[in-house]
Amino acid sequence: MLATRREPFAEMHRLSREMNRLFGRYGNGDSSASVALPPINMWEDENHLFVEAELPGLEADKIEVLVQGNQLTLRGKREVPSPSSGTWHRRERSNLQFHRVIELSHDVKQEDLTADYKQGVLVITLPKSEAAKPIRITVNSQ
Amino acid sequence: MSATTISNNQPHAHESIDNNHAASQNAARAYTPRFDLWEGDEEFVLYGDMPGVSPDSLDIRFEEGRLTIHGRVELPSDRKYTSAEYGIGDFYREFLVGESVNPEEITAEMKDGVVTIHLQA
Repeated sequence: MLATRREPFAEMHRLSREMNRLFGRYGNGDSSASVALPPINMWEDENHLFVEAELPGLEADKIEVLVQGNQLTLRGKREVPSPSSGTWHRRERSNLQFHRVIELSHDVKQEDLTADYKQGVLVITLPKSEAAKPIRITVNSQ
Repeated sequence: MSATTISNNQPHAHESIDNNHAASQNAARAYTPRFDLWEGDEEFVLYGDMPGVSPDSLDIRFEEGRLTIHGRVELPSDRKYTSAEYGIGDFYREFLVGESVNPEEITAEMKDGVVTIHLQA
């Protein structure tokens, strides 16, 4: 009975390889091994720095976010399920263990930072410290 | 964990897809999500990383032995990136799983950016 079932799934493996091509999501087709994990995007507005990372399948409480001075540390671990029985036909997702230190462009207020994890995306909001904000200076004319 | 809708045997935008991804605009612009495929005694399970995709934005279809998975990701606006190490966009992937899969028995759930799809013969 199993033999008849196995057939289509073997086919799946072969054809999916032909039909799908990994895009250069993390650069120019370089090996992902050379990319610091997790890859991050950063942006800012007048008062905040924002750091975003894609971390699908983690528990929120397994993600550690630390700020010290202008250094942001992200640490965490993902373990993909590994049943003892059955067969893996394809394993592209991996166990993920990361520890990354990011240099921020501004000093930030440690007490007001927030980190939100939604749909596998972590967004950290870091309020710039008062000293890091631009100060407008009025030019006096005489 | 939220259930997601599965549409069977309906015409859709990816119908004509082949090795040339340009056949479908959506697919051409989409990222290929990573998948694990596991087969047990009773079922076949696919696990896919699709960060940023909400259960409502996930479209899974099964037609003529072909399983297509399309996750829409809303592009953030008004961001001036100071550093961008990865791109953001839709996810698209398809698998030929054969006609022996029972379309009535396909279920899927989405949690923390990971889709889990169960197939049974």
